[in-house]
Amino acid sequence: MSLHLTQPERDLLAGRSGEAAALAMRVVTSAAELLGAESLVEISSAHIDGCLHHGDGGVEFAEALLKGDGQVVVPTTLNVGALDLLHPNVVRADGHKTDMARRQMQAYVAMGAEPTFTCAPYQVGHEPGVGEQVAWGESNAIAFVNSVLGARTERYGDFLDACCALTGRAPLFGLHLEENRTAKVIVDATNVPEALKSRDVFYPVLGTWLGLELGQEIPVIKGLPRTTTRDQLKALGAAAASSGAVALFHVAGVTPEAPTVQAALSLGREEDSAGPVEWVSQAIPHLPRTIHLESGGLQHALSRLSTAADTERIDAVALGSPHFSASEFRALHHCVRGRQLGVPFYVCTARDTLAEVESAGIADELRAAGVEIVADTCVVVTPILPARDGVLMTNSGKFAHYGPSNTGYDVLYGSLEDCVESAITGDVMRSDEVWAW
Amino acid sequence: MNDATFIELTGRPLIAGEARGPLLRLTHPISFWGGVDPVRGQIVDPRHPEFESIITGTVLAIPAAVGSSSSSAIMLELLREETAPAAILMGKADAILALGGVVGQELGYAPIPIIEVAPSDLERLPDGASVTVLKDGRVTLS
Repeated sequence: MSLHLTQPERDLLAGRSGEAAALAMRVVTSAAELLGAESLVEISSAHIDGCLHHGDGGVEFAEALLKGDGQVVVPTTLNVGALDLLHPNVVRADGHKTDMARRQMQAYVAMGAEPTFTCAPYQVGHEPGVGEQVAWGESNAIAFVNSVLGARTERYGDFLDACCALTGRAPLFGLHLEENRTAKVIVDATNVPEALKSRDVFYPVLGTWLGLELGQEIPVIKGLPRTTTRDQLKALGAAAASSGAVALFHVAGVTPEAPTVQAALSLGREEDSAGPVEWVSQAIPHLPRTIHLESGGLQHALSRLSTAADTERIDAVALGSPHFSASEFRALHHCVRGRQLGVPFYVCTARDTLAEVESAGIADELRAAGVEIVADTCVVVTPILPARDGVLMTNSGKFAHYGPSNTGYDVLYGSLEDCVESAITGDVMRSDEVWAW
Repeated sequence: MNDATFIELTGRPLIAGEARGPLLRLTHPISFWGGVDPVRGQIVDPRHPEFESIITGTVLAIPAAVGSSSSSAIMLELLREETAPAAILMGKADAILALGGVVGQELGYAPIPIIEVAPSDLERLPDGASVTVLKDGRVTLS
């Protein structure tokens, strides 16, 4: 098996469109070869998770592309950076890191990417349609674009997403191919009480369970309400992509490739039966297994989201991973209105979403109550939180997952309402009865 | 199977190369971003069973990479800081960790071999033993 390139692709590799495009093409073709792809696929958009500073290698890479006259050739959005460019004093980084982080963010903007600086590009107008081929980085965005929008991307890491944006190509493998999008396991949520399934606090826990239980396996979940919101699906996917490597989940009756359970189980089936490929014959004979969601499994996932489950005090609250949507801001506003928060309270969002809530007048009221709104970045990717210890409360499965290693804080998971109530005095207020079944 | 039965295995080189080092077999999948500090070359996720292990210079066996797509960038920083493992053996190839290796080569950092190894073979690897990785993807006891 070898990689077949078209003439325009060979021209890119030969440097006919400049040195950056050639470098990008070398990376794309190396990735394609190591993944076993036989050809590349043209993409219609990209989301680059490469403008976050983890060290100076990322800056060297971005500036090497820029120096070679790199320009994105498809509509491209940018993930969070390590700085809040709108509120420069929010991030507590030293001069060198601040300088390098800014250079890294600016390099991609100079290459023609939109300065969205958000992990939720799907909330600021970047919404590919069902079946569109795209190349997205950022684990939650990958899960969302595949699952909720029905477009097709693989799990692209930093650098490959940028190289896809500069070449307009991605390796044709994995989730780009319909036959690999078939659900392999049924997760039955029918027995979960409707009262729990209607609550936002359920979805990060379900996602955490999914990631721990399935790793990379594609599920179709049945028994969730047809009214499951985009924010809930976003939270589910983000948590599943943190505890596991979930890049695609189907929800029967909710997500576009799963009008029914059977539809998700038969995606790409015609191609399968016609194909002589060896692994297909191994994959077909057994019927997918069904896992019934039970209280014990969910309790285990719930307990994993807190490293300070017994604490009675919290030191800070962080919301907005993935970035807060306008509807989440409205829900927060409803809870906070007219009250005063007693501990540092951060909400992370996209600059475009911030502009929206600013013009709706909500942002100022939230700030008056003690909310600090962070744009372009978030509290687990860069130093924003006050001291390097204490207890951080969050309603985000992703913050709960990465908080301890990235911030030094212990974490306590709770609903949006729990977070607000606890933040008034710092005394933990959690309503756990919704989990008793 | 126990350690005594291990003689050698053959994997698929994602990035070919030669290396030698003590085998560090992770018992749980890992996200390099949020899981590994590239300056210290250390596992920093307190929930990971091998929390605080140093990965620098080891032949690191990983059942699967999970979590953040920024793990490519952590891989690149490990190479840049020269805190990387001597080699990585992965249960499943993906476009994330090996990609950090590909980009490292473009930037002129010293490469390390990354080998895809069948998950059943990974489990046979004797944790702590000194192993050698060869260009053709073979992994043997040193």
